Amino acid sequence: MAVKIALPKGRLLRKTAALLQKANWRLDEYHSSMGFYRPKSARFPDLLIRVFHEKDIPIQIAMGNYDLGICGLDWVEELLVKYPSSDVVKVKDLIYGKGSLYAAASMPQDLRQNGTPLRIASEYPNLAESFALKQRMSRFSVFPVWGAAEAYPPENADMALLSAGSAADITGYGIKPFDRVLDFSTFLIANRPRWESKKLDKIAASIFDVLSEAAKSTAEKKDAFSSPLPPRIKAKGVKTDTVRLALPDGHQQQQTVELLNKAGIKIEDYPSSTGNRRPRIGIDGVAVKVIRPQDMPLQVANGNFDLAVTGRDWLADHLAQFPSSPVKEILDLKLRRVRLVAVVSRELPIDDPGDLLRFSAGRGEPFRLASEYVNIADKYARENHLGHYRVIPTWGATEAFLPDDADLLIENTETGRTIARHNLKIIETLFESTACLIGSAGSVTDAKKSRIIESIVSRLQKAVGTN
Amino acid sequence: MKIQRCKGMRDMSPQAMAVFRRMVGTCRDTFVKWGYREVRTPTIEYMHLFTSAGTLTPGMLGKVYSFLDWDGWSGERVVLRPDGTIPVARLYTENMQGLARLFYTMNMFTFESGEGNRERWQCGAELIGAGSAVADAELMALSMEIVKKLGLRGVELRLSHAGLIKALLSRLKLTDEEQHRMFDSILDGDTTLLAKASRKSPELADMLLPLLSLKGQTVDFLQKQRALLCRSIPEIRAPLDDFLKTVAVLDNLGMKYQINIASGAGFEYYTGMIFQLFTGKEKIGGGGRYDALIDAMGGGDVPASGLAIYLDRLMDRIKKGNVMSPAAQRILVKASSGISVGVAFKVADALRQGGCIAEIDLDGREADWTLEVKSTGTMTLFNRAKKQKTAVGSVDAVLKLVGGKSGG
Repeated sequence: MAVKIALPKGRLLRKTAALLQKANWRLDEYHSSMGFYRPKSARFPDLLIRVFHEKDIPIQIAMGNYDLGICGLDWVEELLVKYPSSDVVKVKDLIYGKGSLYAAASMPQDLRQNGTPLRIASEYPNLAESFALKQRMSRFSVFPVWGAAEAYPPENADMALLSAGSAADITGYGIKPFDRVLDFSTFLIANRPRWESKKLDKIAASIFDVLSEAAKSTAEKKDAFSSPLPPRIKAKGVKTDTVRLALPDGHQQQQTVELLNKAGIKIEDYPSSTGNRRPRIGIDGVAVKVIRPQDMPLQVANGNFDLAVTGRDWLADHLAQFPSSPVKEILDLKLRRVRLVAVVSRELPIDDPGDLLRFSAGRGEPFRLASEYVNIADKYARENHLGHYRVIPTWGATEAFLPDDADLLIENTETGRTIARHNLKIIETLFESTACLIGSAGSVTDAKKSRIIESIVSRLQKAVGTN
Repeated sequence: MKIQRCKGMRDMSPQAMAVFRRMVGTCRDTFVKWGYREVRTPTIEYMHLFTSAGTLTPGMLGKVYSFLDWDGWSGERVVLRPDGTIPVARLYTENMQGLARLFYTMNMFTFESGEGNRERWQCGAELIGAGSAVADAELMALSMEIVKKLGLRGVELRLSHAGLIKALLSRLKLTDEEQHRMFDSILDGDTTLLAKASRKSPELADMLLPLLSLKGQTVDFLQKQRALLCRSIPEIRAPLDDFLKTVAVLDNLGMKYQINIASGAGFEYYTGMIFQLFTGKEKIGGGGRYDALIDAMGGGDVPASGLAIYLDRLMDRIKKGNVMSPAAQRILVKASSGISVGVAFKVADALRQGGCIAEIDLDGREADWTLEVKSTGTMTLFNRAKKQKTAVGSVDAVLKLVGGKSGG
């Protein structure tokens, strides 16, 4: 059986590509962030290589879908802290891509007290929970965010657990680190049974051979923290009658700005070249924060924002997880029109959802659904009566999962071209998603606040109408 | 596709359930006779009920089944109950005051790797509102009575004291966090951390290690050491006297026990006396005093202690004969061909009223006792063992023939 390796895209791609070039792997297409995610090595022609988001790699190794993987130790620990018996071996520290996980907040002060739960925003929910338990926080809640954890304290979370190169980077965000939870670097990891069967030696050795011993500096980090206790923060600045609006970061920014302009709403420093997540808006009584659209429904449900611009896809995923959530769509902004589709490999004898049940019932293994929309995928499996199924959470580049590592994807697509290019076919369109304005049902009782909200909605409505 | 039961979970067969019911019945009867009243708490509780400092060790919290409920958008988790005492203490805090004797039969969920049981059943009792040595002794006497009624021989009662352990640890000059961790590791039955820490201070090590590894000694040893110990560790006076007081009550009751200060118990909420029941190397039950728990839940300064009997561990140790009552006679009722099934139902009903188990024949098999019914006045009783066939004219006659004697 061919050996399979999972390589990272994103932040580790460049240095991993350099390492493998030094190891004479002669890869054909592992250099750009776009692509087919299926490079080939001239040195190891039988080696099966796939490119995944770094976060997905430890899970793929633990499941035994891949024998070897390269990713940050932070994501390995995020898996192991929750599932310590996972079949993952940390084979070798590859030294590059170093960083640390810091606990940070706005102001230090003791908060180990009963009453309202301490809110922790993090891309690492398992490590955040473990941190809270070790600190013996009596009551806490974890906001698992897709990104921008640093933007949450102090108004929307009491602390964040986030990765950075150094404590100084965190201070640069305007929050204060008070504990270093984990130091990490890039690791070669392996599936335990495969590693013990020794079939991976040749490939691993090709990497070990080019690792320079000199690079193994074990300089201890010396961040001094006054107290490992998480600080208690009082939300400052935002008055209770202020309308809190969340705007998306990433590629939705440009279209959002155009719509706001059309509605006559001025906004400064958005999109921001300096990474400013609190741009100023030209309406009195409104405060803006820029976060990931994926995280907005949960934040609105928790009353952290009154209005948010996100996708209907993310609202649907939130409602699939929490059916009684108070979040609702207020206005369709008719931007970024995509379809949410169920996708399978063209090789499979499945043409419509009716075939799924027959296919999944006829085989011994569980049916595997991979998706960024974990809750929509779970609901889809339930509604299609897939008896024994698994949902594999992914962080993008989901096409790489078919056909080997999943049977079906729930994906968004604008044109369907990427799907066709990967030899996949759409078997069903779940719904059409556009950007929309969301809010919380019946949460606003303040008269001044609801007047401002009404005015924003009606200005946006007019702008959308002229589209 | 083969459907299998979930890993770490177990089924109970009719035979196992019969043993289980008898065990629970024995516990129930004993609890009720001692004045305890039954309660039941929900399977799902908020996680923060268990995370508050001083309730469960982090080691145990790491094995709790926790998840977001369908309305859990706040990010706060709920758990499958990992422990019985904490929810009962919550129930008391919400609804009761004064002295309460409560008991329960409930299942607890904690993750165990491999084939270990992830769902465990317990019969437990909580004695809330009493802080005396007599209350401690009551729980121990009650536990031993249950064990005896279940027919277990050679059960060892091992004693320790959380206050004593904490007082000893306080001499090691540890930070709060280190002390917490050390206490946890001792409760988890691990003394390596302690041995490491006490190496720093040899004079303390000389005193601590013998005390903590004190096994099987009688109370005389502690009594003789009392003056010396109190002089070098003043904090030890109160817990030591508390311990000696309870032990004196046990002596008074003629109960046998072993002192084993460093024996594991796993619950951080213990503040005083800790006791454990062992048969051989297996722990089958235990309990202790948890005076700070009700206060931590906002229920005020209420002393409390409790016990639990581990039903799963007992299941395999209890001989069927010890727990099976002589079962009612089982009779298979057959309608003769051409006879209305209503007659058979009527006869079966009368047999049940007479204290028998009456099964309606569905598949034509044979049983130890089979009754063929032509009418309520014309029946034939077959005894399989004796190959005997008797014509009977009434249900009373059947009951008489079947009697209390075994059919096979």
